[in-house]
Amino acid sequence: MSCQPEELLICVIADLLESDPTVRHVAVGAASPIPGSAVLLCREETGDRPRASIIHGETNNPFTDGAREIFDCAAQGRIDAFFLGGVQIDGQANINLLGTMGEGGYPAIDRRFPGSFGSAYMYFVVPKVILFRPEHSRRVFVNEVDFISAPGVSARDVHRPGGPKFLVTELCLMSFDAERARFRLESVHPPHTVEEVRDNTGFDFDVADTVLVTPEPEADRLNVLRSRVGVEIGHTYPGFASRVFGIEPAK
Amino acid sequence: MNIFDNVEALSVRVPDGAFVALPPEYSWVPASLARALIVQGTRDLHVLCVPIGGITVDMLIGAGCIGTLEAAAVSLGEAGLAPRFTEAVQSGSIRMKDSTCPAIHAGLQAAEKGVPFMPLGGLIGSDIEANRDDWRVVPDPMESGNGPIALVSALKPDFAIFHSPKADRHGNVWIGKRRELMVMAHAAKETLVTVEKVVDEDLLADEATAAGTLSNLYVSGIAEAKNGAWPSVLHGVYEADREEIATYAYEAKTVEGFQAFMERALTHTRLAAAE
Repeated sequence: MSCQPEELLICVIADLLESDPTVRHVAVGAASPIPGSAVLLCREETGDRPRASIIHGETNNPFTDGAREIFDCAAQGRIDAFFLGGVQIDGQANINLLGTMGEGGYPAIDRRFPGSFGSAYMYFVVPKVILFRPEHSRRVFVNEVDFISAPGVSARDVHRPGGPKFLVTELCLMSFDAERARFRLESVHPPHTVEEVRDNTGFDFDVADTVLVTPEPEADRLNVLRSRVGVEIGHTYPGFASRVFGIEPAK
Repeated sequence: MNIFDNVEALSVRVPDGAFVALPPEYSWVPASLARALIVQGTRDLHVLCVPIGGITVDMLIGAGCIGTLEAAAVSLGEAGLAPRFTEAVQSGSIRMKDSTCPAIHAGLQAAEKGVPFMPLGGLIGSDIEANRDDWRVVPDPMESGNGPIALVSALKPDFAIFHSPKADRHGNVWIGKRRELMVMAHAAKETLVTVEKVVDEDLLADEATAAGTLSNLYVSGIAEAKNGAWPSVLHGVYEADREEIATYAYEAKTVEGFQAFMERALTHTRLAAAE
């Protein structure tokens, strides 16, 4: 059964959550239909894990104490995994959600994007942050970000229970080693190649002894994704569910 | 606390240069009050988005009402980038105080408690922190073993403004589970609220409604505004007008397009103000 690029990425992320039994509660931030679908797929496949808290909209949104609750919840260690992206991401996993800078750097802005959201906090307190940025190009994966919304690693004396563990893109899956402050290429999505990843990445990274070919989802899995998960994520992201799964919102 | 006849009676209470806290688009944004501020020609506002902004703050920027903006992010969500915000920050025509969501919540909580600052995790090593002269990173004064910690200054707005489905005749305002509205109102010197309807029931009389109600202790003015959050959502009452927001996202990419859009959008506001 052939699958769409979004479906492959959903399955890659779901595997990262499913293979780690410490992931009991995953929060999903604004405008994140692919990570949101991955969390719901994981829950379908394990039958109970993880609890999914999607802050976009009302469905699967458990918070009742205002916009601050997700941050307080995370700071207490009640959220095990979260997703962040970036306009730019560099080889030390520094992320920039603000934009590209002009002459002399911040606050001179060349191209402005929305802003840093809660990244400067969630990156520190959530144990398993999965960086998700579909576009894999040298304008995204740069040697050094123009602006650090949140740093990839911190000095030893800084309290930091959380941080980046993986990076998922349209080309590949990388892991991140905070001790060495370096990414390592783990698997490449078919039909792409290690050379393609290298050509489109502006920073140095390690390569696993055996780089895997990302497995394509099995038919059974795609069926679950296109039915139960598709309907569920459609409550939060109707446009996405319609475009990717052909599921129209119930009237 | 006064219940006024119209939105304009609230907007005139907000002077040029005021420090105004504004909720995000998904949390009962006072869109018609913002349009009244635009029509009256308000200038040099210092707007605090709690913690992110959308079409309403983008319109205020485009109309020249804002001098300083503090926010964790501004975007039109699924409709894309906020065009007037993007242009204003790139050209430097507004002063931008970039923040991060929990720092805005913590700053307001400090103001609620009447203390000058609040400690907060994370932030250290972020360029947001490096560029904020009203934040500090200090050694842990309690020596609790967690290393250095960031302090963010209290945020004490002159006004909190928001919209709600209802208030009672005593000026108690229904906020449901939109607790960020409660924090905003506690932190601000004054709170001005537009509501779909002023109702006869006493919202504090029953614990079920009292739990989701902002007491009139914090409220200085209320006015009815039908569809007062439009084109944004008012949960349980109406959905966001996605078509209107998408049209704005497209047209407001240019100054001329923005002006043409606002000319249409403000017609009703102008008529109401002239009455």
